[in-house]
Amino acid sequence: MNGWVEKHLRHIFTLPAVLFILVMMVFPIIYTLRLSLTDWSMSSQTAPLWVGIKNYAALFTQDPRFVGAVWRTIYFTVMAVAVETVLGVGIALVLNRDFPGKNLIKTIFLLPMVATPVAIGMVWLLIYEPTIGFANYFLRVLHLRPLLWIASPQQALPALALVDVWQWTPMITLITLAGLTSLPKDPYEASLVDGASPWQRMWRITLPLLRPTIVAAVTLRSIDALKTFDIIYTMTQGGPGYASETLNIYSFVLGFQYFQMGMASSLLMIFFALVLGAAIMLNWARRPVQV
Amino acid sequence: MKKRWKDLGYVAVLVLIVVPFIFPFFWMLLSSFKEQAQIIATPPRLIFTPTLAHYKEVFQQYAFGHFIFNSLITSVGATFFSLLLGLPAAYAIARYRRNALALTILVARIVPGITFLIPWFILFSRLHLVDTYTSIILSHMLVGMPFIIWIMVPFFEALPKELEEASMVDGTTRQGAFFRILLPLTGPGVLTSSILSFVFSWNNFMFAVVLTGARTRTLPIAIFNFLSYSEINWGGLMAAAVIITIPILVVALIAQKYIVQGLTAGAVKG
Repeated sequence: MNGWVEKHLRHIFTLPAVLFILVMMVFPIIYTLRLSLTDWSMSSQTAPLWVGIKNYAALFTQDPRFVGAVWRTIYFTVMAVAVETVLGVGIALVLNRDFPGKNLIKTIFLLPMVATPVAIGMVWLLIYEPTIGFANYFLRVLHLRPLLWIASPQQALPALALVDVWQWTPMITLITLAGLTSLPKDPYEASLVDGASPWQRMWRITLPLLRPTIVAAVTLRSIDALKTFDIIYTMTQGGPGYASETLNIYSFVLGFQYFQMGMASSLLMIFFALVLGAAIMLNWARRPVQV
Repeated sequence: MKKRWKDLGYVAVLVLIVVPFIFPFFWMLLSSFKEQAQIIATPPRLIFTPTLAHYKEVFQQYAFGHFIFNSLITSVGATFFSLLLGLPAAYAIARYRRNALALTILVARIVPGITFLIPWFILFSRLHLVDTYTSIILSHMLVGMPFIIWIMVPFFEALPKELEEASMVDGTTRQGAFFRILLPLTGPGVLTSSILSFVFSWNNFMFAVVLTGARTRTLPIAIFNFLSYSEINWGGLMAAAVIITIPILVVALIAQKYIVQGLTAGAVKG
């Protein structure tokens, strides 16, 4: 018995995981793909009606809500990830030296990333509250005009992106810090001989050498930012109106509030293509450069 | 003297960086001890008589004990079964080069979660499994198991093959060597991936909002439901937020080093 197990260990060890992946991942993806070519409202009386690519066509040509959601998703992601990258790398460069309490700062940076997003959403809801919130109190202290934050159609998406920046800038910082410790020493020694200024060293050596690390961090962040759900859904549910409705929120509304399973599935396939496209594009930018 | 000023300037910059990242936690904690009248007072009060009323409310009126129990069952269950399936799979990928399996792990990260949620919801509804621990644990394993494999493969790859071979010469089977020798050696990896799998499950909102009901509702959904009342009970909401955040913060403080490694794995060098 033991010998039989040992002989087939590679299969026995992988079989449970493979079965799980087949039932919980592969089957659902195929099912959703099939559902995307049908019209179905999840009723047990009527079976899904085959409509071919009609849902896809309808989304692009007849659904301004979908087109709006595509742009909002891209707008939110570019805005959030751009700020996170600049801030995150900047903070990492500031922190990149030895000082007492460095580990404490790293621990503090971990907290926004691991804290429960719903709880974070609720705190920011209180902070953004136009009359009693801390955000407007802070602006008043600085003699600035108070804002409506997530209560305003124009400000909602930037305000949500700011929460994302708060949550995920630390991730870029921690990845960059890890990357900084693994840089080679030689280029720096050579640059000292050549009399390069610290500013030149940063732009000509550190940042080019860090590029693969930063691009990897940006890739991870972009994939997740495109799919942001918890913060947006708990804070605005896509509102006011549709002002903060991204693709993930709209697909959830289509599927689980309107029960238009066919249409929701088509949207998800397009959404998946968008995320995959972004991942491939960013991965292509990852090739290291020579210094 | 000049150096002293430079050091002081550096400390000031550090404080400026750190304060915005702690402030929301501080505000959450502070507001949870305030009465509603103090919360809506402007300008905000920093000095007030703290009250525990909101915490009492959260447990007595909103039955949070039940939700904490549900969250614990779900997170521990999802982590346990993810380890059970994920650890042997990670070993097989590391030793037998099962790369197709490794690829699907990446797919799990890129595909939007709702793509899975729609078929699950249809399937679980047919099987009458909505609002059971089974469906919610299975859904959380989709996040936990790929993550455990992702973290553990490099750990197993780093162990020399001679380890198993030596113990097999001594008459142990390969599976015996896996359980008795390899697993204990990869302890830090198992710990990191379990902690993070627990955290993902504890924090999960999207799967739970669809798959749980009155019986199995987890903490994130219970907190979100505070918003359905006409007037928001801010104090209660903040107390609830503190309750759900504290276990995570404690874990993060204890296992800081491991979590940083886990969350940034694959980005550097990889």
